[in-house]
Amino acid sequence: MRLLAASVLVAASVLVACGNAEPPDRGGGRVTVFAAASLSGVFTKLGEEFEAANPGVEVVFNFGGSSSLAQQIAQGAPVDVFAPAAPANMRQVVESGDVTATPVTFARNALRIAVPRGNPAGITGLADFADADAAIALCAEQVPCGAAAKAVFEAAGVTPRPDTLEQDVKAVLAKVRLGEVDAALVYLTDVRSAGDAVEGIDFPEAGRAVNDYPIAPLADAPDAAGARAFVDFVLSDAGRAALTDAGFLAP
Amino acid sequence: MSRVRGRARPPVVLVLPAALGLAFLLVPLVGLLVRTPWAELPRRLVSAEVGEALRLSLVCASLATVVCLLLGVPLAWVLARADLPGRGFLRALVTVPLVLPPVVGGVALLFVLGRRGLVGEHLDAWFGVSLPFTTAGVVVAEAFVAMPFLVISVEGALRAADPRYEEAAATLGASRLVVFRRVTLPSILPGLVAGTVLCWARALGEFGATITFAGNFPGETTTMPLAVYLALETDPDAAIVLSVVLLLVSVAVLAGLRDRWLRGVA
Repeated sequence: MRLLAASVLVAASVLVACGNAEPPDRGGGRVTVFAAASLSGVFTKLGEEFEAANPGVEVVFNFGGSSSLAQQIAQGAPVDVFAPAAPANMRQVVESGDVTATPVTFARNALRIAVPRGNPAGITGLADFADADAAIALCAEQVPCGAAAKAVFEAAGVTPRPDTLEQDVKAVLAKVRLGEVDAALVYLTDVRSAGDAVEGIDFPEAGRAVNDYPIAPLADAPDAAGARAFVDFVLSDAGRAALTDAGFLAP
Repeated sequence: MSRVRGRARPPVVLVLPAALGLAFLLVPLVGLLVRTPWAELPRRLVSAEVGEALRLSLVCASLATVVCLLLGVPLAWVLARADLPGRGFLRALVTVPLVLPPVVGGVALLFVLGRRGLVGEHLDAWFGVSLPFTTAGVVVAEAFVAMPFLVISVEGALRAADPRYEEAAATLGASRLVVFRRVTLPSILPGLVAGTVLCWARALGEFGATITFAGNFPGETTTMPLAVYLALETDPDAAIVLSVVLLLVSVAVLAGLRDRWLRGVA
């Protein structure tokens, strides 16, 4: 009986504690960055360089789909810097008043055809995406890479026959890497990050859908100075070099 | 404390956490219903995508359940009755997919049945069959995740059943298969039905293994949970409508089957 009462008390206090959980007060020393999944590689590297250049400062990342990140910010997530893969997601955050600074475009990314090593199906261009026999993966139209893919297919006058519409570009890349599909459209940077497992093929219509990556410090940044410093670091020569290395295009 | 017979008036210390537990499970569902744009519901429901995803979900979950029945019931019988070494270990293995994150199950299936997988490579080379990105792939993913639910229910029922009836039937000259069909199966029917319903419901809600192994293409592999996930990216209202449909279908089937088959069965 006493044990029961005690456990009920513990359970109740845990529940109450959860209910009252407030974001921990963390002023200087910790910069929280919400960034598009496609930036994960290069931003992780930049974060380490930033920490090395600013001893005592820690950079924390939350990588994910740009629209989900924008929604999390709208719900009050304590964030210092936002870097989505599309201006539309930044606009959403600016309109809700979470960003007051002018966002800066710091990188651009174009699509590329990705095929498994050795190109077993002999893919040469966008026209092959209309082939019913080839296994094709694309991003769903709801996510930025899918919208970009739609634009290039329209520009090329090709009606693709995909076998799967994945929820993000990394999922598409994984299907190519595993050899489960013969061809896919991903970003230049994804082909670069996949190394030898994936081969990239250029196509003339790639210029018709280039994604701009904006970055901005948040209006309610818990660490405003840190936010500003990180944005400046991304825009610096070191930042540009890292982005170019990863395959991003200069804005 | 004295033991209370019959319908006990539960002590407050139990009622309070029980009420909290109930609220914890039900409030999110109520929250979903509150946010539902009911006026829009009919229009959304007749839209091609929702209809297609719902139809596919129902068909795939049912097919997966059939697969689970065909393979799972014999498996449960072996686990409960057969005299074989390492049975406890085998039983533990069977329940692994139950606790395994579904996305891990999807990855495992991809590495075995994918076009470049251990088995899938040969299926592709010899028969030109490739499971990823097909409706059959969805059924495979759902069956993989849902089968342990059926096996565990049926095995439990088999262990609880009195073997003397089977022995009596055997003494009267019935073959082992006839005993299984005429005596064993009817005696475990409630457990079998409960397991089947659970298995079907789990298959209906399957997401992780499906999107990893079977991919996502409208009309072929986009089941309701996948449609919900993608809709959330751009159109939260559509995601809510899809979620409500899935919720109502699940509740309706569970409630319907319970009334019909499970009355009086705990």
